[in-house]
Order: sequence, then C-alpha cells, then structure tokens
Amino acid sequence: MSAAKFLFTLLAVCLSPLAGAAGIVTTATPVVDTPLNWHAIGMFVVFVAITLVITYWAAKRTKTAADFYAAGRNITGFQNGMAIAGDYMSAASFLGIAALVYFHGFYGLIFSVGWLVGWPVILFLVAERLRNLGKFTYADVASFRLQQGPVRTMAAIGSLIVVLWYLIGQAVGAGQLLHTLVPQISYRLSIVMIGTLIIIYVTFGGMKATTWVQITKAGLLLGGASLMALGVMAHAGWSFEKLFSDAVVAHPKHREIMQSVVPIGAQANPLESISLGLTLMFGTAGLPHILMRFFTVGDAKAARKSVLYATCFIGYFYILTFIIGFGAIVLVANNPEYVVDITNSVLNLKGGSSMPAVYLSHALGGDFFLGFIAAVAFATILAVVSGLTLAGASALSHDIYANVIMKGKATEAQEVRVSRYCVVGLGVLAVLLGIAFEKQNVAYIVALTFSIAACANFPILVMAVFWRGLTTRGAVMGGYTGIFGSIGLLIIGPTVWTKVLDMGPAIFPYDFPTFVVLPTVLIVSYVASVTDKSKSAEQERAAFDAQKIRSETGLGSEVASVH
Amino acid sequence: MSDSTASSIQNNPKYHQLIRQRNVLAWTLTLLVCILYFGFILLVAFAPEFLTQPISASSVVPLGMPIGVGVILASVLLTGIYVYRANTSFDPLIAEIMREAGE
Repeated sequence: MSAAKFLFTLLAVCLSPLAGAAGIVTTATPVVDTPLNWHAIGMFVVFVAITLVITYWAAKRTKTAADFYAAGRNITGFQNGMAIAGDYMSAASFLGIAALVYFHGFYGLIFSVGWLVGWPVILFLVAERLRNLGKFTYADVASFRLQQGPVRTMAAIGSLIVVLWYLIGQAVGAGQLLHTLVPQISYRLSIVMIGTLIIIYVTFGGMKATTWVQITKAGLLLGGASLMALGVMAHAGWSFEKLFSDAVVAHPKHREIMQSVVPIGAQANPLESISLGLTLMFGTAGLPHILMRFFTVGDAKAARKSVLYATCFIGYFYILTFIIGFGAIVLVANNPEYVVDITNSVLNLKGGSSMPAVYLSHALGGDFFLGFIAAVAFATILAVVSGLTLAGASALSHDIYANVIMKGKATEAQEVRVSRYCVVGLGVLAVLLGIAFEKQNVAYIVALTFSIAACANFPILVMAVFWRGLTTRGAVMGGYTGIFGSIGLLIIGPTVWTKVLDMGPAIFPYDFPTFVVLPTVLIVSYVASVTDKSKSAEQERAAFDAQKIRSETGLGSEVASVH
Repeated sequence: MSDSTASSIQNNPKYHQLIRQRNVLAWTLTLLVCILYFGFILLVAFAPEFLTQPISASSVVPLGMPIGVGVILASVLLTGIYVYRANTSFDPLIAEIMREAGE
C-alpha cells in the first residue's frame, strides 16, 4: 500500500463504507444463505414510523421560509449540538473507524483525531459570526456586503458540487451497507427506499423534520455505541490494559497492531500529511450542510453552545469507536461464526470489511442487538442524506433562484415552493447517480468534497467576515480558483488520473491538493481585491464597518420566529 | 439598524475592546489547536517510533494512544474555554454596548 493510499483512506473511511479498512476497499458481498433478519427489519420499520410521525408533526408547523430552511430558528443550543453530531457522524465513521482499528489497531486513532479537530476552528472563527450575518445559507454571509449575483453564484456552485458528490458517496455506501445487512433487499431497492424517505422528510417537514431526524439518530447512535463499548469493557473486566493485551493476543499481527502508525508497508509522506490535515480541518468548517445548521438557533450564544455540545458528542463517539474496534479484535476475530475461513485468515469476515462493529453487536447481544445496530446504521444514513439534500436545495432556491434570478423579488411562498421542487429533483438525482455509480470506486469523492470545502467555501467565508479589503472581484476569482483548482489537481492526481482513468503516473503526485490550492486562493483573492480600484469596490470596503458591527454584536441579525 | 446606533457603537471604546479581546482569544486558540493537531500529524510522519513506544515496560499500550486521546480531549477543553470566556465576559460586554447605543 502506498503512502498516498494510507492518507487517502484517512478521509475515505470516515465517509464511505466502501473504504471499510485501509487497503481493503471491498465491495461487500452479502452472504447469500443468510436468513431474513427480522429484528433488523422490525427496527427499521419502527424507526421509519417514528421519523414519519416527526415529519407529520413538523409539516404542520412549517409555514414560513424561516421554518422551512431554519426550523423557525427555535432550536436550542443543546438540540442543535445533537443535530450537528447527527449531521456529521456518518454510518461510515462508526463502522469504518471500528473496522480500521480491527485490522490495523492503533492506526485507527489517527482518524478519530483528524475528524474532530475542525470543530474548535468552527467555533473560534465561524459559528457566531455566521449566525449573526446570515439568513439561510453560507452564501448569505459571503455576499453580505458584496455584489449578490456573482458572489452567490460562485458560493452556490461550490455548495452544490460539495453536496452532490457527498450525496453520491453516501448513497452508494448506504445501498451497499443496507444490502449487506439485509441481503434480501437489493442494492437498487435500498437506494430507492432511502431516496423516497428523504424526499418525504425534507419536502414536507423541511429543516424541522431534518433536525429531529438528526437528533433521534444521534441519540440512537450514541446510545448504541455506548452499549457496545460498555459490553466490551465489562468483558475486559473494566481494564483497558486487559482489553489491549487481549487484543494483542487475539490479533494475528499481535504486537504490530500497537506499533504501526501506518498500515503495514505504507510509507509516511510529510507534505501529504500536512495537506490532509489542512483538508480535514478546514474542509469540515466549509461543509454547507454543517454551516446551515447554525441558522436554526435563536442567537449567536446558542450557536456557540451548540458547537461545544457537538464537539463533546463527536469526541466521545470517536473514543467509543476506538474501544469498539479493539473489542471486535477480541470478540469477533477467531470466531468461526463471523470469519469466512478460520484456518486461513481470522480477519477475513463474512459480508466484507465494514462488518466488525456489526458482528461485535451480535457477539455481545445476539440477533436482537445486531438488529438494533443495523437499524442505527440505517437511521444514520437517512439523517446525513436529509441534511445534504436540504443544503443543496437551499443553494438552488435561496441563492440561485430567489437572489440571483429573481434578484430578491421572489415571495417567500415562491421561494419555498421552488425549494421543494429542488428537494425532489436532488432526491431523484441522488438515486439515479447512486445506481449509476454502483460499480464505481467512489473513494475519490471524499477528497473532492473536502478539498473544495477547504479551498473555496472556508477561505472566502473567513475573508468576507474578517478582512475589510475583500471585494467582489477578489471573492469571485478566489472562489473559482478554489473550486476549479481543487477539481483540476484532483483529476491529474493519483486517485483519478492513475486509478480511475488509468492514465499512468499522476502529473500532480499528491492526493490532497489543499496545500497548494488554499494558499493560491488566498493570494488570488488578495491580489484581485487590492488591485480593484472600481467604485463598487470602494463601497464594499466602506460597508465593512456596518457588517462588522452586526457580526460582532448581533445587531440587526435574524430573530427566531414566534409560534 | 439605524445609522445613529451604528455610529454610537462604532465610537464606543468598549466595542473596540470587545473585538480586540475576542480576536486575540479566537486566533490564539485556533493556533493552539493547529499546533496540537499538526504536532501529532508530524510525529506520525517523522517520528513514528516515538508514538509507538510502550508507555511502560510491562504494558502493550503505545504512547501515541494517550497522546491521540489527549488531542481529542484538549480540543473539547479549548472549545469549553472559549464558550466560558464568551458567556462570562463577551456577552455582558455586548449587552453593555447595546444598552449604551440605546438598543
């Protein structure tokens, strides 16, 4: 395995169940003769019923645009913290990190760390100011004192590319996961079911339904993972030392699982490590569906609190997945019930490489607990995809339709109607793309989405808020440099050029272009802004003081609606 | 917002004090998180043997494990520090600025 692959997997594993473990990017093949898992199906049905009740409740309370996009801004800090955690913790980070630890031991921890450190940055630089300046989308903030048309178009394109590709990754991963857990449901049927549910939640219940589906899912996921970790620790006599030494005995690589910071055979590449670090940290802070959540709370104070709660939940969850991975080494490896061929390799699991956490639940609590964990994984997918779909629809309806095409003259009712059409369109598109990409290796998608978020969305947002000198020309040129620079370098990089297109050695030898593109975006925006001598640029700089007052004090910011 | 409110805030030294204090805190903490995280990443890249040494002769646990968990906990702690400072000193300051501006 190459160093690039190692770094690449660091991201891939957290988003796509396809990349179940480093180097073992498998298409999970379900076990054909598995009996129907009634526990799992029963719990899927219960969860779907609960979410449909939530959607019905939310639909009756969704009247205005603020209700539809921002849940009436009535979500509390604690609730939003849960919902953010539900939006961010994907099924793949649950199954994927556990699987990485199962195969490679200590190495899995590096993923848990990388996935958390974007959150403090969101709090320190983005959350409160975003809430004070924006209405429904991050483009509201980027274009606050700049020209609406060009800046919103650029921001919406950045958002849509991130959302669409993220959706494909989730849809393909979800189809495979569901098909693996319940083999009687085909890959296509899985994706169609998910697409249908998402369209129902989001068109009828808008952000209110999305938020409560995410909260429910976060509670289920944290509860399920806690139970598993408790089971593991009880089995180990509540001693970490015993858990780890048992794992060293049980794992065929023994001590090596504690002594490798890379998968066996991988080489470290410092520049790529740093680029990955930048991508993870700032990509998280530029994801449109995450940024959108900050408009659902009443004020900057609630936005701030919600990040603290979210960081606690997410950090706790990643520590749990680490315990779960080691528990799986002790309880799942060497068990003939889960292993394909016990005499050959004890790590080769039935159903593919993302299964360690699922089998651990079976080892701890039998069919019932396995059914529960399978339903939790399903809930997780639905919650993440709902958030993405709503973010994509808002970029189309609020930014492109209402503010660019209609130049702010659309009524609220028109805007929300367009948004609902967009949700249906995006839902159908996600199903079609999910089916089209079934046999594709979608792992590169993760690099694409996070690179664009880190190179375009995040720097433009921070500059618009903190730097007086930013003008429309600087924002637009910098933003497009980030979007097309990332896409271009990814295409000529190892993942797409060599592995997808099979064109031989990559022209640009790094998987993550952020270390080149991010500084370029900053330079382009700077130069294009300071050399902008136009009259409108003058006015944009002059408007900074008023924007600053609003972003720092919340004076004039959007208020919660009263029902 | 009215122009008079805005100019009253703009001319209030407390407003500039707020911006200064919050910027210092926010950028210092951002730098700290970056140092912690990229420090960890650079150890992974350049000094893996440091991370993989056992925490004691009798233990199988590598030193990198408490360090990695430490980076996670430190991130949570730093967000907590920011929220505490914002709740106890920035919010009252904002309330004062708004009151003095007649809002």
